[in-house]
Amino acid sequence: MTNILEISGLNFRYPDSPKKAVSDFDLSVPDQEIVVLAGPSGCGKSTLLRAVNGLIPHMYTGDYSGQVRVAGNDVKESNMRDLAQKVGFLFQNPENQIFMFTVERDIAFGLENLGVPRAEMRKRVDEAMRLLEIEDLALRAPHELSDGQKQRVALAGVLAMNPRLVILDEPTSLLDPKTAAELVGLVGRLRKELGTTFVVVEHRLDLLVKVADRIVVMNEGRKALEGTPKEVLFGDEAEAYGVSVPSIARVQKMLTADGVLATDRLMSPGELAQALEEARP
Amino acid sequence: MIEFQDVTFVHQNGVRALDGVSLLIGSGETVAIVGENGAGKTTLVKHVTGLLKPATGSVLVDGQNTRATSTAQLSRKVGVAFQNPDHQLFSESVEEEMSFALRNFGFPPPLVEQRVKWGLELFGLDEYRKSSPLVLSGGEKKRLTLACILAWDPEVVILDEPTVGQDSIQKEKLAGTIRMLTSSGKTVVVVSHDIEFLWPMQPRVVVMKAGRVLGDGPAARVMQDRGLLDSARVAQPQLVEFYDRLTERPNAPFVDPLEARRWAEGRAR
Repeated sequence: MTNILEISGLNFRYPDSPKKAVSDFDLSVPDQEIVVLAGPSGCGKSTLLRAVNGLIPHMYTGDYSGQVRVAGNDVKESNMRDLAQKVGFLFQNPENQIFMFTVERDIAFGLENLGVPRAEMRKRVDEAMRLLEIEDLALRAPHELSDGQKQRVALAGVLAMNPRLVILDEPTSLLDPKTAAELVGLVGRLRKELGTTFVVVEHRLDLLVKVADRIVVMNEGRKALEGTPKEVLFGDEAEAYGVSVPSIARVQKMLTADGVLATDRLMSPGELAQALEEARP
Repeated sequence: MIEFQDVTFVHQNGVRALDGVSLLIGSGETVAIVGENGAGKTTLVKHVTGLLKPATGSVLVDGQNTRATSTAQLSRKVGVAFQNPDHQLFSESVEEEMSFALRNFGFPPPLVEQRVKWGLELFGLDEYRKSSPLVLSGGEKKRLTLACILAWDPEVVILDEPTVGQDSIQKEKLAGTIRMLTSSGKTVVVVSHDIEFLWPMQPRVVVMKAGRVLGDGPAARVMQDRGLLDSARVAQPQLVEFYDRLTERPNAPFVDPLEARRWAEGRAR
């Protein structure tokens, strides 16, 4: 399997800052993985994302060394137009990226900018709406929608560009828990149906551990931890880096440490209760 | 301290954001308001500050009807940290931002300085004292709005989605701040989707849906009422769901993970 994202030896320092925002950072993300990027505020997550979608070094200047490759292309050498078709970015607040009068016009906006032919555009917009199950919203005004619907519209706009890599910046932070769980389920489904790779920045891991393959924790610009959700959340260091360990993972960890259960993956509360039931001799 | 008497509020677009809400929040209580997006939680908060006035019914804050009180008068009593900190930050520097309200309320300069220092230290923002609030991260901005409010020592502190963008270390500090406010007799209202954050505080929980109060009671009771939570689209705390699933079958309810562990050990033996 190829790596859609390959970061090697990345260093970046903003012009007016005494210390590096990202320091000796390496990361390989294989195709179709869901990777969670976590870490305390100010750890360099946002800078890293900017280096992936090309805002660094194309819009933010500073001391840059190392390399970021997306689908084999060096971000530093690529133009923003090409990058925009490979990397999609969903902001924390969907209102920052939806602004047209109707949902379908909003979804088409990125394609219009690229000059995609009309028939092709229609097809891609319809497909994106189908995937996100928002066909019935096509002619609605985005500002009338609920937060969860807005999030879906913004994500549809991102997917219409057919990106191979999608970055989600704290996508659930403004959503209520049920809506957030639906979004996480959707990410898992899109990975399966479209083969899209997702990098998700999130502090709240209770929902994401269900679909994530890997968690990478950053601290002071460096990679502090990397592993499967179980490896990272069962470890002793995660909390020190500001990662919220879901309470049910803590219980599972205790039960595993005590030899009550032998588990190879994290479980939901229901699964854990059932596993306990079955572990009874 | 806060009283809603059959309050209705209709937005300009015709959406009934509050629909016959009656609610009594006593002085010194810590109350969590939960419910799905669009349930009316933020509209409720805006009625306490007087930013919105009820279409019908009344809102009383410390005995005063918000219709007859200016928002300036109310703001001395009620401090709100809104969901989006960009809506309430506007000064040139973090220090300016913090002293603005204090000076407006007529605090003497030495006290202003003392409170600014206290707030910046409490929320780990002293290194940004001279920086523009705009350079702060989302989580830092939220902490700054909270520091600004606590500095003038209002009787009622309202936090709208305070944990958004905060890592677990900051969340723990925030929980500590809320406990400090509660123990110093403040009335604290927390609007939050973050059930896992609310649960350990064991607040009184008010469940809202479509502008109505659907449920109201101690966290231990409300969070076990799965029918209520499902109809309001509120998630159950993971541990409560776990104990529930366990207790659905045999016996023994749990209060904390340690008890669950002891029980599980004994059971597997």
